[in-house]
Amino acid sequence: MDTKASDRIDRRGMLQCMGWAGTGALYVMGGGIASSISLDAALAAQRPDPAAGRVTPFSFLQISDSHVGFDKPANPNARGTFQEAVAKIKLLPQKPAFILHTGDITHLSKDAEFADADAIVSEAGIPAFHVPGEHDMLDEGGGKAFLSRYGKTTLGTGWYSFDHDGVHFIALVNVANLQPGGMGHLGEEQLIWLARDLAGRSASTPIVVFAHIPLWTVYADWGWGTDDSLQALSLMRRFGSVTVLNGHIHQIIQKVEGNISFHSARSTAYPQPAPGAARSPGPLKVAAETLHSVLGIRTATVVPGAEPIALIDAALG
Amino acid sequence: MPPLKHRHQRATWLAITIAVSSVVASSHPAHAAGRGPAAAEAQVVQIRNFAFVPAIVTVRPGTTVTWTNADEDPHSVVANAKAFRSSALDTGDSYSFTFTKVGDYGYFCSLHPHMTGRIIVKAR
Repeated sequence: MDTKASDRIDRRGMLQCMGWAGTGALYVMGGGIASSISLDAALAAQRPDPAAGRVTPFSFLQISDSHVGFDKPANPNARGTFQEAVAKIKLLPQKPAFILHTGDITHLSKDAEFADADAIVSEAGIPAFHVPGEHDMLDEGGGKAFLSRYGKTTLGTGWYSFDHDGVHFIALVNVANLQPGGMGHLGEEQLIWLARDLAGRSASTPIVVFAHIPLWTVYADWGWGTDDSLQALSLMRRFGSVTVLNGHIHQIIQKVEGNISFHSARSTAYPQPAPGAARSPGPLKVAAETLHSVLGIRTATVVPGAEPIALIDAALG
Repeated sequence: MPPLKHRHQRATWLAITIAVSSVVASSHPAHAAGRGPAAAEAQVVQIRNFAFVPAIVTVRPGTTVTWTNADEDPHSVVANAKAFRSSALDTGDSYSFTFTKVGDYGYFCSLHPHMTGRIIVKAR
């Protein structure tokens, strides 16, 4: 998508360091720069970042949309592909510091699905941080099942922040109290908290935001955006490096906007159509033998300093 | 959001047309029994391709509307003003609500809030 930005960055001789294994992405933080490496490439690599020789202080993983409980034709074994993703994490030569799960952990918010998902993720042997997707809010309590498991130290409907090696991570919830005719929604209470959370932080602090629904409008007709994201993003403009990670749309789409780069992740369960490419955003059925390859990989070009991250999609095969 | 409003207005005429024909169709047995097409007491709304079909339905008081989810994704049926609210409807699941009071009931899917519909309840 952002070919122009990518070209500009390429000419500057940036590192090229990322691909996606379709089952997860490995992010490597180096000097406040988020780059990512395909799980397969990382597994094969002797060094975590062979392209640049930048030894990275830590890495973390993003997985998304595991939809534990989904058994429809688009992937009758979503549990199995989720297990495959976690198995790959376990084999990484450099152990990531933690996992970010960007929501739709379960398909129908059932306790058994949450328990199953937890058991699978715990196999990775590293901490996991979660935000809910709309599929995690379907219990009668409208998200209580999620909060009872993941909300012990969170605020409101499940938002929180934490720091790791100088990077500030912010977990946002944009799937609660959705409004008729709208898209994702953060709400006033969360925005006020966010303003306070960011106040007083140095502009040189790298910021990583993760939420389920994209924080930029990917496709309004399918609700692929967040109504009040502009208010959140305006609070982040002063920071030199802001990386926004999301799931929800089951495909890799990126956008770079000034200092803020947006990265939508693949699902571990099933793909969804490109924006507007089908009558609806429902699960996309592909041939069983191509399911993994449709989840695919991609290459990212990562820019040091305050420049945005640029990603370029590349099919696996 | 003015563009959305315009879209809704255009959709209204289309949906009313569809609604009228579907009410007539669904009331056919009653019609045959001599009670006439206006005696329809049941109305079906399909949830298909992330849309309520028909999106706008006009019914008489006492009509039971049944929504059935034909998508692979779960959906819900939630009144904007909280008059009714389904739980999550998985594929093939249905939810029914009987409208006893005259009114204009906007509703949406709480998972995918861009999905909206209206049930207009009015006496003849």
